[in-house]
Amino acid sequence: MTTRDNAPAAIKLSARHLWKVYGPGADGFFDSTGPRLGAEQSLREMRAHGHMPAVIDVSFDVREGEIFVIMGLSGSGKSTVIRCLSRLVEPTHGEVKLDGEDLLGKSTAELIEIRRHKMGMVFQNFSLLPHLTVFENVAFPLKLQGLGLKDRRRRVEHVIALVGLEGRESSFPDELSGGQQQRVGIARSLAVEPDVWLLDEPFSALDPLIRRQMQDEFLRIQNTLKKSIVFITHDFLEALRIADRMAIMRDGRIVQIGTPRELLLNPADAYVAEFTCDVPRSRLLTAGDFAVAGPAQAASMATVAGETGFDRLVEQLARNPDGLQVNDRHGARLGIITAASMVQTLASFTPVSPHAS
Amino acid sequence: MPAGMLLVAFALVCVLLSARYPWLVRFPAAAELPVAAAFNMALSAFEARTESAFKLVSRLLTSPMSMVRTALQLTPWSMVVLGFVAMAWRAGGIGFAAFVGASLLYVLGIGLWEQTMNSLALVILSVPISIIIGFGIGYLAFASKRAERLTNPLLDILQTVPAFAYLLPLLLLFGFGPVVGLIASIVFAFPAMVRNTMLGLRNVPSDILEAGEMAGATGRQLFWQVRIPSARYQLLVGVNQTTMAALSMVIIASIIGGTNDIGWTVLSAMRKADFGSSILAGIVIALLAMILDRLTAGFATRAKTHRSQKDIPFRAFAALVAAGLMVMYGASTRFDQLAAWPADWIADPSESLNRGIEALVLFTRPVLDAVKTGMLFFVMLPLKIGLQKVVGPASWGFQPGIWHVVGYVALAVSAASFALLKGRDVAASAILLVAILFYVGLTGLPWPVMVAVVLALGYRLGGLRLVAISGFALGFLLLTGSWQKAMLSVYLGSLAVILSFAIGSALGVLASENETFSRLMRPVNDTMQTMPQFVLLIPVVMLFAIGDFTALIAIIFYAYVPAFRYAEAGLRQVDGRVVEAATSLGTTRLQRLVHVKLPLAIPNLMLGLNQTIVYGIGMLVIAALVGTSDLGQEVYIGLSAGNFGQGMVAGLGMAAIAMLADSFCKAWQRHYRTRIRNG
Ligand SMILES: Nc1ncnc2c1ncn2[C@@H]1O[C@H](COP(=O)(O)OP(=O)(O)O)[C@@H](O)[C@H]1O
Ligand SMILES: [Mg+2]
Repeated sequence: MTTRDNAPAAIKLSARHLWKVYGPGADGFFDSTGPRLGAEQSLREMRAHGHMPAVIDVSFDVREGEIFVIMGLSGSGKSTVIRCLSRLVEPTHGEVKLDGEDLLGKSTAELIEIRRHKMGMVFQNFSLLPHLTVFENVAFPLKLQGLGLKDRRRRVEHVIALVGLEGRESSFPDELSGGQQQRVGIARSLAVEPDVWLLDEPFSALDPLIRRQMQDEFLRIQNTLKKSIVFITHDFLEALRIADRMAIMRDGRIVQIGTPRELLLNPADAYVAEFTCDVPRSRLLTAGDFAVAGPAQAASMATVAGETGFDRLVEQLARNPDGLQVNDRHGARLGIITAASMVQTLASFTPVSPHAS
Repeated sequence: MPAGMLLVAFALVCVLLSARYPWLVRFPAAAELPVAAAFNMALSAFEARTESAFKLVSRLLTSPMSMVRTALQLTPWSMVVLGFVAMAWRAGGIGFAAFVGASLLYVLGIGLWEQTMNSLALVILSVPISIIIGFGIGYLAFASKRAERLTNPLLDILQTVPAFAYLLPLLLLFGFGPVVGLIASIVFAFPAMVRNTMLGLRNVPSDILEAGEMAGATGRQLFWQVRIPSARYQLLVGVNQTTMAALSMVIIASIIGGTNDIGWTVLSAMRKADFGSSILAGIVIALLAMILDRLTAGFATRAKTHRSQKDIPFRAFAALVAAGLMVMYGASTRFDQLAAWPADWIADPSESLNRGIEALVLFTRPVLDAVKTGMLFFVMLPLKIGLQKVVGPASWGFQPGIWHVVGYVALAVSAASFALLKGRDVAASAILLVAILFYVGLTGLPWPVMVAVVLALGYRLGGLRLVAISGFALGFLLLTGSWQKAMLSVYLGSLAVILSFAIGSALGVLASENETFSRLMRPVNDTMQTMPQFVLLIPVVMLFAIGDFTALIAIIFYAYVPAFRYAEAGLRQVDGRVVEAATSLGTTRLQRLVHVKLPLAIPNLMLGLNQTIVYGIGMLVIAALVGTSDLGQEVYIGLSAGNFGQGMVAGLGMAAIAMLADSFCKAWQRHYRTRIRNG
C-alpha cells in the first residue's frame, strides 16, 4: 500500500487511554482521570485481586479511508480492543470518539442507531445465523431496521454481487465453504453501508490459499468503497499486505504504531523485531532503498524508477550486469545499484536475531 | 485398629446379640413416630382450607380435556389418520408416513381406537401446557441467577423422586378421574423442557449474539430473532423429551383406573392373565411412543440441519393438508365407514395369541424355571433373608451343619486375610461385612449395623455433609416404621442396579469394539428407552409370572440402557492417539481394552452408573405392579386404598433411598477424581 502523500485525511475514529479490566468491580481501580494508583501499581493490584487487565492504556487514531491493522499474538487483547470500539464490551476507562463524538456516552438507543447505520463488523468464525439463508442473513440488519422489502432486496443484491456470491442466495450457511461463509459475513456487515468497518481476524479460520484470495477481494472492495477500517490479524504477512498503518499489541498494550515499513525497518523493541524477523524484508524494499552514490555513467546504464519492487529489480539487474541507475518520479537521479552494492545493502538490513546475544 | 475392622466387630456383636434382643433387627414400634397419621391429618386440614382452589384448577382443566377428548372421538378416523400421516411425512419422509399409517390402521383394526384417542387427548393437552410452563421457568432461570438457584435443586428433586410418587398427593388434592392423569403428566413432563430451555438459551455462541448486536438488534429483537432461533434445536429436543415423559406418565396414571384408556386396557388384561389382549394393547402403546418420538425428534432434526431442500414450502403443504382433510370430511359424511370404523372390520386375535403364548410358555418353562430358581436360591434369597435361612435340602440340596458354617467363616476370613496381606484393609473389611450380610440377609441385618456402615462410608466419601444426609434419610426410614420394607427395596434395587450396570456396561464395551453389534443394538436401546416402562412388564410377567424375579428382570430391561450408552460412548471417546501409542507398544487388543481404554473411560462409566441408579429406582416403583413386597408396593397400596399417609410415607421413603444412592454415587465420583488428581 502506498501511503497518501498529500494532506492527511480527517480522523474518523479515535481511542484514548482505553482500558478494559475483566472481573467484577474493576471500575473501583479507576477514577475519572485514570487508574487511581498509577498504571504499574494498579496493574499489580488488579492481578493480585484476580482481575484480568486485557487492554492497557491503548490510544490510536483511524483516519478516513484508512486501513488500520492491529496485530499481536493470541491473547494480547486485540479482540477486546475492537469490541471496545463497537461497545460490545464496555471499556473500563478511556475515551472512544467516532466522528469527533464521544461514543461511550451514547445511550442504548443511540448506540443501536449507530450500529444500524455507521458500523459494520466481521467475525473470525463468521457468526452467521444458522437458520437463515444467505439472502436472509445479509438482509438481517436491514430487516431489524424495518427497511421495506424492495429496498432490502436492492441493497442485498448489491452487496451479494460485490462479494461474488450471486446464485447462492437461497443456500444455508452450513452448505457453504468457509470462504463462502465469510463472504456472507462481509456482505452482511456491508449491507447497512457503514462508514466504519471492523474486522476481527476475518480470514484466520481459512486455508492459506483461500486466505490469500480473500485478501485480494478485500482490497478490491476497499478500493471501491473507501471505508475506515480496523482490521485485526495475528498474521504479520497479512498485515503487510493490507495495512496503511498498523499497531502491534503485546499483553494488552500497544508497543508500536507505524507504517509496515517503519515497523520493519525500525522495530521499537525485540518483541516487534521477532515478528518481523521471519519476513523477507526484501519484500518491502524498493529500488530507492538500494540506491547508493556512485559515478555518473548515465549513458551506459539502464534506469529504473525509485518505487520499483524487489523482484523486478533483481530481474533488471540480471539483465544489466553493469548496474542500474535509479531515478525518482520527477526524473532526478537518486543513485546507482550494482550487484555488489545490493548484496551489501541487503546484508545490512538482516536483523540481529533476538535470540542471539 | 482401622475403622473398617471396628465396623466388622460391631456388626458381629450386633448379629450375635440380635437373637437375644429382637429390637436390633426390628426397630421397636414404640419408638416409631405416627408420621403417616400426621400426613393424613395435615392433608385433611390443608384440603379443607384449599379445597376450592384445587377444585377450581381441576374444573378448569376438566372442560378443555373433555373437549379435546370428544373432539378426537367425534373426528372421523380417516381425518385423524390423514392428519398424522401428513405430519409424519413432513417430519420423517415417506417411509415414516407409511409406518404411521400402518400403525393407526392396526389400532383401528384391533378395535382400540377409542381408548387410544383418550390417551392421546391427555398427551395433546398436557404437552403444550408442560412446554409453556417449562419454557417460562427455564427462561426465568436463564435470565436471573436467583431463579436459577431455586430451579436447579427443584429439578434434581423432581428427577430423583420416582414418577409414581407424584400421583398420590395429586390424587388426594384433585380427586379421582382423568384430570389427575393430566396434572401428573404435566408435573412429570415440564422439567425436561426447563432443562433444555436453560441449556439452549445459554449455549447460543456468544459471537452469534455479538453479530446480532452489531446488526443493531434491540434487546427484544436479540432475544426473539437471534437467541431463540439459534436455540431452536435444543428447544425442540426439549419438546421431544417432554412429549415422551408426558406419554409415559399418562400411561402410568391409568393405574388409577376408571378411565377408558389404553394403559388401563393393558393393565386390566394383564391382571386377568389375558396376555394376548394385553400384548395387543401393549403394542399400541409401543407404536404410540415410537410415533410421537420420531415425529418430535424429526422436527428437531429438521431444525438442526438447515438444508435448502427442494421441499414443498410450509404454506403450500399446510394448504394441501387442509384441502385433504376437507375432502376427507366430505367423504366421511357420505360414507359412514370413513367416519366410524365399522365393527365387522375389527379383528380380535387375542384368543389365538393366548393359545400361542401358552404353548410358548409351556415349551420354555423348564429352561426359564431353572434360571429363575437358580437365581432365587443362589443370589436373591441369600441377599434377602440370608444363607442362614435359605440353605436347606429343598433349595441347596443339603442340610447345613456346623461344619458348613465353619467352612463359610474360614473362607471369608482367609479372603479377608489375603486382602489384608496385600495391604488393602478397606477391601478386607468389605469382604467380611459382605460375608456377614449374606449370612443373615438384608432383612435379618440389625439396623444399627446398616446405619453404622452407611454413616462410616458417607464420612469417608463425602465428609460430614454426606453423614448428615444419610442420617436424615435413614432416620426417616426408621422412625416412620418403613425400615423392613425399605430393606426389601434396597435388596431388589441394588441387585437390579448391579446387574443392569454389569450387563449394560459389558454390552456397551462389546458394542464399542464391534461395529455390527453396535448398529444392531441401537434401535433396541432406543425402543427400550422410548417405551413407557409399563409395557416392558408384559412379556416378563408372561414368562415368569409375578414376583421379585419378574420385577428384577423388568428393571434390568429398562435400566441397562444408560450403562450401555455411557460405556460405549466413553470407550469411543478415548483419544485415538493414546490407543495408537499403545498399539505401537505391541499390546494385544484385549490388553489395550483393559489397560488403556477402560481406565480412561472410567468417568463415563461412573456417569452411567449414576443414571442406572436413577432409572433402576424409577422402575422399581413401577415394578410393584408385578407383585413385589417393598416400599413401591406400599405406594401402590396407598394409592389404591386412598390412604394418603401410608402412600406418602412410602413414596418419600423411596425418594430418600434414591437421593441417598445418588449422593453416594456422586460423592464417590468426586472422591475418585480427587484421588486421581492427587496421584
Ligand atoms: N469475557 C472475558 N472475561 C475474562 N477474561 C477475558 C474475557 N475475554 C477475554 N479475556 C481475556 O483477555 C485477554 C485478551 O483476550 P482477547 O482480547 O480475546 O485477545 P486476542 O483477541 O488478542 O486473542 C485474554 O487473556 C483473555 O483470556
Ligand atoms: Mg481474538
